[in-house]
Amino acid sequence: MSRTPLDTVEHATATPDVELPWAELGLKKDEYERIVEILGRRPTGAELAMYSVMWSEHCSYKSSKVHLRQFGEKAPESDALLVGIGENAGVVDVGHGYAVTFKVESHNHPSYVEPYQGAATGVGGIVRDIIAMGARPVAVVDPLRFGAADHPDTKRVLPGVVAGIGGYGNCLGLPNIGGEVVFDSCYQGNPLVNAGAIGVMRHEDIHLAKASGAGNKVILYGARTGGDGIGGASILASETFDDAKPSKRPAVQVGDPFQEKLLIECTLEAFQEKLVVGIQDLGAAGLSCATSELASNGSGGMRVTLDDVPLRDSTLSPEEILMSESQERMCAVVEPEKVDRFLEICEKWDVIATVIGEVTDGDRLEIYWHGGKIVDVDPRTVAHDGPVYERPYARPSWQDELQADDANKLPRPETSEELKDQVLKLVASPNQASKSWITSQYDHFVQGNTVLAQPEDSGMIRVDEESGLGVAIATDGNGRYAKLDPYTGAQLALAEAYRNVATTGAKPLAVSDCLNFGSPEDPAVMWQFAEAVRGLADACRQLGTPVTGGNVSLYNQTGETAIHPTPVVAVLGVIDDVARRTPVAFQEEGQLLYLLGDTREEFGGSAWSQVIHDHLGGLPPQVDLERERLLAEILISASRDGMIDSAHDLSDGGLIQAVVESALLGGKGARLVVPDGLDAFTFLLSESAGRAVVAVPRSEEVRFNDMCGARGLPATRIGVVDGDSVEVQGEFQLSLEELRKAHEETIPALLA
Amino acid sequence: MTARIGVVTFPGSLDDRDTQRAIRLAGAEPVALWHKDKDLKQVDAVVLPGGFSYGDYLRAGAISRFSPVMETVVEQAKAGLPVLGICNGFQVLTEAHLLPGAMLGNDHLHFICRDQKLRVENATTSWTSDYEAGQEIHIPLKNMDGRYVADEYTLDQLEAEGRVAFRYLDFNPNGSLRDIAGITNEAGNVVGLMPHPEHAVEPLVGTGRTDGLPFFTSILKKLVGA
Repeated sequence: MSRTPLDTVEHATATPDVELPWAELGLKKDEYERIVEILGRRPTGAELAMYSVMWSEHCSYKSSKVHLRQFGEKAPESDALLVGIGENAGVVDVGHGYAVTFKVESHNHPSYVEPYQGAATGVGGIVRDIIAMGARPVAVVDPLRFGAADHPDTKRVLPGVVAGIGGYGNCLGLPNIGGEVVFDSCYQGNPLVNAGAIGVMRHEDIHLAKASGAGNKVILYGARTGGDGIGGASILASETFDDAKPSKRPAVQVGDPFQEKLLIECTLEAFQEKLVVGIQDLGAAGLSCATSELASNGSGGMRVTLDDVPLRDSTLSPEEILMSESQERMCAVVEPEKVDRFLEICEKWDVIATVIGEVTDGDRLEIYWHGGKIVDVDPRTVAHDGPVYERPYARPSWQDELQADDANKLPRPETSEELKDQVLKLVASPNQASKSWITSQYDHFVQGNTVLAQPEDSGMIRVDEESGLGVAIATDGNGRYAKLDPYTGAQLALAEAYRNVATTGAKPLAVSDCLNFGSPEDPAVMWQFAEAVRGLADACRQLGTPVTGGNVSLYNQTGETAIHPTPVVAVLGVIDDVARRTPVAFQEEGQLLYLLGDTREEFGGSAWSQVIHDHLGGLPPQVDLERERLLAEILISASRDGMIDSAHDLSDGGLIQAVVESALLGGKGARLVVPDGLDAFTFLLSESAGRAVVAVPRSEEVRFNDMCGARGLPATRIGVVDGDSVEVQGEFQLSLEELRKAHEETIPALLA
Repeated sequence: MTARIGVVTFPGSLDDRDTQRAIRLAGAEPVALWHKDKDLKQVDAVVLPGGFSYGDYLRAGAISRFSPVMETVVEQAKAGLPVLGICNGFQVLTEAHLLPGAMLGNDHLHFICRDQKLRVENATTSWTSDYEAGQEIHIPLKNMDGRYVADEYTLDQLEAEGRVAFRYLDFNPNGSLRDIAGITNEAGNVVGLMPHPEHAVEPLVGTGRTDGLPFFTSILKKLVGA
């Protein structure tokens, strides 16, 4: 992209035959031809830059769009939904005039290339999405997936990612309250670094990304624009990693959390004084995205003078300024008479703010540089009319064979001693082991409203000090289940997150998702994606929890090898009074343990099959969404009415994993009895869905049993909170000390 | 008539609003103070809250110590104004030479967030009189640069004068010399510590303990003579 002569619209019209580097910018030939057709001439260099980033897979969802439509088409009726898919983040009504916005996004590719900055800027980006809705961010969560725990590269990637998340989030003053850490060799070259955030606002404070009102000013504020992150969305996040290509490190942005903290405070102060008509954060595709989205969502056009953008590097070309993904920048639309006050607030917080343009009464986005017009486009064609692909998809040939390789037929422990050894091995395995070495690097306490944080089933934040109103969030996903059956796997991810929210006493309201898959150009991957979306949309409809937004991350593959299909689902819930929340930890000796739900012989994709047999095959556990709903209702009622003192959802690792965690957290043991009709192995290690284990005070036993009986939820008394060991009668006994050692030493030994 | 306790907000302060809440829960009146403003609004005491003021750039607390508000805080602290520095506030107090020593990066090089056990070594300061000397308490700790260091002479002097206010118990989370978690000046009006008492004032949130509340009731009693 040469800078002389300036490639203006006029110049482009006069020189139709100039070849532009569309392929280098990640565009396909037919996509370039479409741009020429839209404009009626060849694009200028600046226009090409804008189209190339906005039409990238990451920004345009061109491969996924045809499937994602189901989230809208199948969306359940919900009184709670205030803002749905399409904005920076969805907004949900939680009562008392409060609204909550939340979203999960991926920062997978940058985090592999440069773990610290990739993960840090992932937090930064999701937090700006939350601020852009008008909300104060109140918490973050981080679902993470890495290669094998003992692989040398994991020791490079994981500590960097964790330090990056902590370094950024801690410095912003956001408690980190949840998430997951999963190890599987399928993520070796493609770790998944998903980041979620929640924000709280009053209903009247909801802001949208649109530029309306001719004459209103467009203000760019925050960090100066530099050469970092150019092409991050189009090149890094939209292609498969390949050894032959040059290092992509320069495409990763560098974060400055201090600048972002100032950006939060100054934006919220501007909102409070009602100075903002429309707002958009600058994330992927930077100014190209912010200007084209603001303009296309508003009522008029927009004129921008690019010379006014404050730069870190004065040698940047206009194309680079438009594509730069420099962090900690926002764009606001402000009425002319309020501009002075807006700039004053920015100055108070030492934030650079510059008027770079205004809303016009036309319908074009025009961008000027050195007096020449370098962009003249219909902003909709950039922001919304990107290509849409009906990628071919086909059930992979190996799927039948995989499902036929039944995990239920794997050799099981034959003696009590063997069962005990396997339980101990499971509890100590990297996926089942305590993650406190990781989570202790995150601030859980800041803002003073954290009611529950990991390792609880869901993170919970108090929203209103007066009433005790609170929100809960859980994120879950199981790539092994999804590999065996993507439709069911996606539903299981939703079911688990939904159950985790209910286990803590909150009512599930809405969903955000981060869909992590391989290359959409592979029909097998595309089939996994289509099945997962269909499964998730169907399940959301049945559970009455609409998808409010999220993110798709494709091309998570190295060479021909794709990751397991990994839909990660976040469920947001509300609780009327956080004083009624239910923790995981056993609270009091003598309390009775009840297993809720049905236990079947289900070992496909289980932790047991992985840890003991290094096996993945068969079918994942069955999904019964009506049962999930009933279980959730019982858990919420029991929490509200004080019938249970602790509860834990059953998922990977089965019942024994849940009991061990509750025991270790509470410092109190348990005596378990294998119920009639079940063998000890299935009782302890099956991963049947729709289950939880609860501790019921003796005084509440009758009332609790009556409730479960009346509602038709199987509730089986399986033991009592007691002593300083976990004992399975007739089978084995493991002291808390022994369990704690096994559970807590694994991760530090591998990574510290 | 209650006490008015100022809480300074620096750019990058994070626990300023939490500290205001803790002051309110203790029964005193929190007053927001701004780093660019020398005026302390006639408060009876000042808290420098936790956070990453100026992003911890250069060195934690090194830039904040030059802010206009600190000129007044230093001047009045020397005249007896009670000042509490929590975490980043403690770092600012050492940088401002209201307290001796300095804070280095944690010896394990990680941020650490945990419920930390402490022993109250000095229960006679303006901020600790509601504790018993020797009392063992749990206060959340969360920092990157929490390793307290000073030369041997200063450490011996602190010990001899009873100016080690808090010591880490069971586990030294950052490599602080002599397990020091917090110290006081000679007069007992200026106290700094790395753990966060403002996060241990309500049974429902944080660690679920209220071991930090006496910081705020101590100062309230001292100021209103209750």
